[in-house]
Amino acid sequence: MASQNKRIAKELAECTSSPPPGITVTLPNDSDLHKWHVTLDGPENSVYAGGRFGLVVSLPADYPFRAPTVTFATRIYHPNVTNDQLGNICLGPLKAENWKPSTRLAGVLEAVRALLAEPQPDDPLEARIADEFRAERQEFDKNARSYVQRYAKGPVKFDVAAVGAAAAGEGGEDKKGAGGAATAAGASRSGGNTASGP
Amino acid sequence: MDTDDDFMSNVSSEDDMLPDDSDNDLSGDEDFGFDDEPDAYIDSQKEIGHKKKAAYDITFKVYQPSDVLKQQTELIDEVNMILDISKEEAAILLRYFRWNKERLIEDYMDRPSQVLDAAGLAQTSAGPPKMQVIPGFVCDICCEDEPGLESFALKCGHRYCVDCYRHYLSQKISREGEAARIQCPSEGCNIIIDARSLDLLVTAELTERYHELLHRTYVEDKETLKWCPAPDCQNAVECAVKKKDLDKVVPTVSCICGHRFCFGCILNDHQPAPCELVKKWLKKCADDSETANWISANTKECPKCNSTIEKNGGCNHMTCRKCKHEFCWMCMGLWSEHGTSWYNCNRFEEKSGTDARDAQAKSRVSLERYLHYYNRYANHEQSARLDKDIYHKTEKKMVQLQKESGMSWIEVQYLNSASQALQTCRQTLMWTYAFAFYLARNNLTEIFEDNQKDLEMAVEALSEMFEKPIAELADSDLKVDIINKTSYCNKRRVILLDDTAQKLSEGLWTFNTELTSLGANGGSSARR
Repeated sequence: MASQNKRIAKELAECTSSPPPGITVTLPNDSDLHKWHVTLDGPENSVYAGGRFGLVVSLPADYPFRAPTVTFATRIYHPNVTNDQLGNICLGPLKAENWKPSTRLAGVLEAVRALLAEPQPDDPLEARIADEFRAERQEFDKNARSYVQRYAKGPVKFDVAAVGAAAAGEGGEDKKGAGGAATAAGASRSGGNTASGP
Repeated sequence: MDTDDDFMSNVSSEDDMLPDDSDNDLSGDEDFGFDDEPDAYIDSQKEIGHKKKAAYDITFKVYQPSDVLKQQTELIDEVNMILDISKEEAAILLRYFRWNKERLIEDYMDRPSQVLDAAGLAQTSAGPPKMQVIPGFVCDICCEDEPGLESFALKCGHRYCVDCYRHYLSQKISREGEAARIQCPSEGCNIIIDARSLDLLVTAELTERYHELLHRTYVEDKETLKWCPAPDCQNAVECAVKKKDLDKVVPTVSCICGHRFCFGCILNDHQPAPCELVKKWLKKCADDSETANWISANTKECPKCNSTIEKNGGCNHMTCRKCKHEFCWMCMGLWSEHGTSWYNCNRFEEKSGTDARDAQAKSRVSLERYLHYYNRYANHEQSARLDKDIYHKTEKKMVQLQKESGMSWIEVQYLNSASQALQTCRQTLMWTYAFAFYLARNNLTEIFEDNQKDLEMAVEALSEMFEKPIAELADSDLKVDIINKTSYCNKRRVILLDDTAQKLSEGLWTFNTELTSLGANGGSSARR
């Protein structure tokens, strides 16, 4: 699969030269095409407006035959994203049984952004937040906005160590020391999830 | 079902079958009529000399891998002819309809295009699948565009290079174990890859795996088919008993590999107890709650330090070993408050006191009841295991006996029959105790218990004879005794099973628990 990098390079070129609205893609390490850093602007008219969210995209070695893993590096209050340092997302096309090799990352990223504009409480990762979203919308909005204020303002941090350092710097952060290790473990675990067959 | 007519027809049809059976040994059971039983069962019935269809007998067929394959081919051919579609398409449609041919044909006649759509078939009729080199083609997966690149597309026309297609298919087949529903690699396209296209694209090894997976889904898709759970057995068993009928029948089937199992729950033969009782019983036995029950039935806690205390005799004046607290075992109150009425705890008569005592007594009775049945169940389970060990020794015994008594191989076969009977009967006895545990007491239970007692006594007697040393076994009187007892055991077992199955099917038993199966829908919940 020598041509595999060709596909990734092409997708990367497309995403950087004409990125989907509200999405910026960078490579943290120019020699590694399999790790992408994505900055997502919270969609206008949503509770996430004004926030900037970091996403880490990991492409498996046999991409595009297996689905990439996409996780939030920035904490977010959302029914479909785990409310922890891992930031796992529940997104239909990323599931092993739904993934098609012809699916483009640009489309996946747009789907993530669409998830911010329109959460799917019927398919939640955080059942409590989903209940709140359905039953007490005002309370949900308030919480989501306060998360944006706390975590999604200022420069986006992707790097695991940087997240930990920044948290320590701000002082008001909870679980600061453990942050780095926990996120690292999360990235590898979510990789495992996508790998497991149905 | 068991009228004399039935009896007669059964016999004659079996006779008809006999030459056929010996011809193609074990595989020839596809012509079995509705009232016939597969070979293994007939064998065991013959042994007992009993050919009437008993109430616990159910109709089933055993299929070997080649039969399973043949069935699929026949269905596919039939649909292929009736609907005038290719065999590959017929197979995909049949899988979509879970091999329900009638529904498939009906639905297809009504609205062909929707059916094709839903099953993942293209509406266009193109030629046979082939790889093509198309000038100016760029593969959408790997973005390769070199000239001469071979490409492939299903009827949907989504074209990818052959390398990518292969990689995609091997990923699906070997890593995800998918076969029946591998879709076109294009996003949002639900066209299913057909066997012919797959054969064209992948290696022989992968094709083999693909067909094996398809083969497996055939049995798993059909409610009336189940794989024999015995290790390394490749046969499938067909039985028409539905899940909802499991409170009326205990569908015990027997594979030609010799394994006897329940078609309802795939566990080992558990006649006469219905599946739901078996599930409850096994759970109860595995549960630690019985330990807790014992503790609650037999002990109390010190009111001061909460140590668990078992009263092992003596008067009601208790002194806790641990904290030296003195209290009354009856009312759990302070002993000093009892004053002089040492022998008669007044507070014992209070409502709360009697309630507590009742609860304790109830708990104790229920525990004793459970232990009564459990001990007997466990005893037979263990004996069956021991009998199995003996079975392995039986062969040696038989050889030895031949030497010592000059009997022929055929003449010592009665030991083998006895050993088989012991195991089967113990298996049944074991489950009669689980069955009895859940049985509510009425006049029917007495008949059941009599049957149980008769079988148990017969089994124990046979067991004793069976274990006699070789020297005694050579005695021809004992041989006759063993043969008679073996046949008696088998008869008693049949009588017991017949009686329980009959009453179960008529709903005459009263159980002290619910018999409806919970969570009737299986693990096939829809995935997104």
